[in-house]
Amino acid sequence: MSSNIARRRRPWAGYAAIAGGLVVAGTLYGVLSSGGTADASAPSQASTSVSQGKSLFETSCASCHGLDAQGTSQAPSLVGAGAAAVDFQMSTGRMPAKEYGAEEDRKPTSFSQKQIYDIAGYVASLGGGPAVPDQQQTSTDGADTALGQQLFSTNCSQCHGFAGAGGALTYGKSAPTLNQSTPAQIYEAMLTGPEAMPVFGDGTVTPSEKRDIIAYVTKTRNEANPGGFSLARTGTVTEGLVAWLGGLGFLVLIAMWLTAKRRSNRVESEQ
Amino acid sequence: MSDQDAVKIPEGLSGVGGWLDDRFHAAGGVRVLMRKVFPDHWSFMLGEIALWSFVILLLTGTYLALFFVPSMQDVVYHGSYAKLNGITMSQAYESTLRISFDIRGGLLVRQIHHWAANLFMVAIFAHMLRVFFTGAYRKPRELNWLIGLGMLAMGMLEGLFGYSLPDDQLSGAGLRIFGGVLQGIPIVGTYLSFFLFGGQFPGTTVVPRMYILHVFLVPGLILALVTAHLFLMFHQKHTQMPMKGNTEKNVVGAPFFPYFLLKGQAWFFFIFGALVLLSTVAQINPVWMYGPYTPLAISSASQPDWYMGVLEGALRVMPAWEINFLGHTLSLSVLLPAAVPLGIIFTGAGLWPFFEQWATGDKRIHNINDRPRNAPVRTGIGVAAVAFYGILWAEGANDVLADRFQVPLYTITWIARIAMFVVPIGGYFITKRICIGLQRADARIVAHGYESGILRQMPDGEFIEVHTPATEEELAVLDSRVIPTALPSGEETDANGVPAPSSRGLMGKARSIANRAFTEEVEPMEDHGHGHGDGHGEVSGGEHAAVGSGSSEEHDHE
Repeated sequence: MSSNIARRRRPWAGYAAIAGGLVVAGTLYGVLSSGGTADASAPSQASTSVSQGKSLFETSCASCHGLDAQGTSQAPSLVGAGAAAVDFQMSTGRMPAKEYGAEEDRKPTSFSQKQIYDIAGYVASLGGGPAVPDQQQTSTDGADTALGQQLFSTNCSQCHGFAGAGGALTYGKSAPTLNQSTPAQIYEAMLTGPEAMPVFGDGTVTPSEKRDIIAYVTKTRNEANPGGFSLARTGTVTEGLVAWLGGLGFLVLIAMWLTAKRRSNRVESEQ
Repeated sequence: MSDQDAVKIPEGLSGVGGWLDDRFHAAGGVRVLMRKVFPDHWSFMLGEIALWSFVILLLTGTYLALFFVPSMQDVVYHGSYAKLNGITMSQAYESTLRISFDIRGGLLVRQIHHWAANLFMVAIFAHMLRVFFTGAYRKPRELNWLIGLGMLAMGMLEGLFGYSLPDDQLSGAGLRIFGGVLQGIPIVGTYLSFFLFGGQFPGTTVVPRMYILHVFLVPGLILALVTAHLFLMFHQKHTQMPMKGNTEKNVVGAPFFPYFLLKGQAWFFFIFGALVLLSTVAQINPVWMYGPYTPLAISSASQPDWYMGVLEGALRVMPAWEINFLGHTLSLSVLLPAAVPLGIIFTGAGLWPFFEQWATGDKRIHNINDRPRNAPVRTGIGVAAVAFYGILWAEGANDVLADRFQVPLYTITWIARIAMFVVPIGGYFITKRICIGLQRADARIVAHGYESGILRQMPDGEFIEVHTPATEEELAVLDSRVIPTALPSGEETDANGVPAPSSRGLMGKARSIANRAFTEEVEPMEDHGHGHGDGHGEVSGGEHAAVGSGSSEEHDHE
């Protein structure tokens, strides 16, 4: 009896436990879900072997793209796609595709960079298309981050978010986070416009401006957060959540504590 | 109040007090003030969070105003945040960067200010929900409820102006929407927009204009309303929870001096401490990442601060409807979301106390709060309002939800479009049934006490469970329901076959219908208290009375 009634007398204990649990779970999720960034430098495009690439292509790509990369009903022709597109799609793990769909997610690749370059070389040999950028093209030495910021906010942030955290697009598509992208991948994405992304050719965004954007992206994602935890850099939605759960939740616990003690000297007055 | 010496004034104070009293003759009034009694409950401290957050906002805001430059004059940035070096930006944005990176304590104070603003609004909502669900707005406190609504509206406006001041990319997008809504108003929209922005958006005057509203006019209004709110609360005395010893005629609690005063101060320090802690560990509104505002750009996940989220959601949930009416374009896709959802919530909240009085015919003074379960209609309506607000609020974050939970964006929008109508209605009925179920559970405990889990075999072989009667303290809570009075309904007629005059006409019929909802009764419980051995074997009356030592009988009057 007494334990039963004692529990009834402290109904806030249950709320407190739930609120506390939610805060802890949320904090843990926030801490654990902030992933690291990928290593930024791609190995140099030393010696590519078109014949090696062709045999790799035939075993890993031809089932959808066709034996001569001419395309099938399931996948587009790669003639003229260029080495940059192959390097982007394969180094981000999007190709070979996990399943047939309009959009592929980033995943670990099982190909070495050398193998990817070989396949890229083979595809490039079929004709045209943008080449894989070299170290110098993606180098951020001396790049103008301020111009990069302006270019990023006018061209990129409407999909990738102000800090490149990614965002939703229509019909279930999404713009990926840029936190794992290497400079070469960012460059190639701008050149080739994978999936829903438009092409930012050298006429629209010059090679030097591409470097500025890469400098802005890599600098921003490595930048410390002077104000504390970044709250996933998604803006006000997480801030509101923290204000309700962390702010009010915490203070309600304090208020319960402050009023839990019944004073012996309670007085009564008339209304 | 019979005990004149209840409060002992310390020596040090009485000297100063005597000096003051010789000059202002205020001792009599102060004595009454100091002995004012305040009831204690954790939920009575929610409004105080808003009050103290407001004080913290005034303090931190003053510090920020020392360094903020409310000007849209262009400058080239050469400050210590090197990433933006050389960008042309407004002085407002530049001075916000300077506050964040160069002024000592600037970033901390900025973050305290912004978190305090968020907490201020959170506390207002939490306080308002507490007042609503406990019926604390009832006579004589209707006016204070309306003042509170006024402060809520002022708080939203103050927040909007405040976060728009730094002239960053995110808040500029918000202002763009605000301007668009103004332009959407038929006939006068264009002029209003030109008036606010001093010409075309964004112009060069909106920041200084919002600044003076943000630091002078709106906080002044809030301060005046806070004063009126507190004065009325003080004068009318605080409501109290149903408890043993609490009646409609008394107030039970701690006297203002020294207990409540000290507790209030402690509460202020706790809130200040919590805000500083939050501002130290959690980054808010990183304007340096958003970049200076340019009308050319927009970021994904552009959301307003949380209390504006419901408007954002209303805008996102609305289909793109536009009609031409007598040569005027009516942008329903902007007008309806801006006016209707919040209009329903504010108008509904403002009218509710008077509607409830009208529907129940209850003109009594209420100083004891209702338990939410004891007012099923009110609680149901409250849950419906919360659901309606909450769905639109969540829809305001549809892109973030889509991205985080990998649900297609339009799926979320369609869910919101349907749920905003269905969930409030379903929520009302479900909540009402839950409340009535809880009332029945209470009535059972009042009548029979708690199940003790002890089974006893009677001499005749019957098994019964021993029930423990509720204590007097518990009974005072469980038995606190104020039964609403039924008004004469339209169907009932007097001896001459004439229906009651109050139920005639359209309004009379509406009132009868509303009254029926309010007075729907808990179905009478099976009376287990009498008739031992009649076949239903839950508990037997004789044993119950024996174990309960008679106390349950006294309370068995429902």
